[in-house]
Amino acid sequence: MNLKFYNKKITGILTIVPENEIKFEDEIENYSFSASQSMKLKLIMGYNKRRVVKENTTTSDLCVFGLNYLFEKNLLNKDEIDALVLVTQSPDHFMPPTSHIIHGKLNLKKDMICMDINQGCSGYVIGLNQAFMLLEQEEIKKVVLLNADTLSKKVSKNDRNNNPQIGDAASITIVEKNISSNPIFSAVKVDGSGSDVLIIPAGGFKMPSTQETSILKKDDSGNLRSLNHLVMKGDDVFNFVQREVPQMVEKLLESAACSHNDIDYYMFHQPNKFMLKKLASKMGVSEEKMPNNIVENFGNSSGATIPMNITFNLGNKLLKESFFVCMAGFGVGLSWASLLIQLENLTFCEMINFK
Amino acid sequence: MDDKIITILNDTRPEFDFSKSKDFIAEGLLDSFDIVCLVNSLDENFNISIDGLDILPENFSNVDTIKKLLIKNNVSI
Repeated sequence: MNLKFYNKKITGILTIVPENEIKFEDEIENYSFSASQSMKLKLIMGYNKRRVVKENTTTSDLCVFGLNYLFEKNLLNKDEIDALVLVTQSPDHFMPPTSHIIHGKLNLKKDMICMDINQGCSGYVIGLNQAFMLLEQEEIKKVVLLNADTLSKKVSKNDRNNNPQIGDAASITIVEKNISSNPIFSAVKVDGSGSDVLIIPAGGFKMPSTQETSILKKDDSGNLRSLNHLVMKGDDVFNFVQREVPQMVEKLLESAACSHNDIDYYMFHQPNKFMLKKLASKMGVSEEKMPNNIVENFGNSSGATIPMNITFNLGNKLLKESFFVCMAGFGVGLSWASLLIQLENLTFCEMINFK
Repeated sequence: MDDKIITILNDTRPEFDFSKSKDFIAEGLLDSFDIVCLVNSLDENFNISIDGLDILPENFSNVDTIKKLLIKNNVSI
């Protein structure tokens, strides 16, 4: 589905990463593979170091910390927030919505909209689309989009397929009305028949966590994980991304009547370096235009990787310069989504450590 | 060419004898992460970029399927 938005603008992006950093080598003994084999994968996949939260840090903690930072720096006025949209797959609780917990912790005004969206790797684009739709309302002038996940808690430490890549992070994106902005083009796609390709089998209402679901079992490759852990059919995800994402982006460019030459940066979700390199190669895009350095520095933090990509690789440049950016997220669902947007003159575009 | 491919395979998983296997996947010599390593080695050794859509287990099940993939990428066999 193609979407088009007018008179909307991103005015600030902040990403929040935990201070706690884990190096790939520190965990290599957890995996039932030879060290030399794992070190080869490290180079190819971009496994290096990742940021993860401490056991008692939650999604709402990361978001509240970031929002308080913006309030204290006078980069955001809490009374001007008309809607708070949180995209997460690691809510503090099943109920209430984590966005409401954040609302309560920050003592935000009552006359506003708060919502959680359960989305993962496509969650930044999907969250932006939701923010743009909310801004169609006359009374909504400023939307705060939060993308946050602490999925490291749901990954087996003995799972070399997933553990080395998972990081935790949050991002805060301010979206506002702006009369002079260029149109924003987006595409959103879903294939629910692949809903089991990326899944945490137990812990929900269908299969509550029990002693039995916490038993570690070895998969065909030698990874140990339980039903409480995140599991991914890596081959299926890889092939789905290579098949669907390039053609989605081509059609999006076509709908916006522009070409690859018009794009300054491809800010894509980053599950691993190999996948990004193959995507760039297939799309005929240089690696300079499609950065792939997030997983190696911070890990894959699901919906927060695109804003992290922007703050880490463009940062302060976006306070004064203007770039035409193509974003794309893809993963759990299965879902995949892309966006063409002019990013310029942001009030802030930075990354901070959660303390 | 067969020798070069076998050398790359041995470099990927030195503990196995690929010359004696008829199906690397079915016999458990290569898993999906090994295929990633193998693709990376083939890309580097032959100065190609194997299409992501071709990174399927069946294209890496024996030396002949790998050769077919190299031919598809304009490598002279």
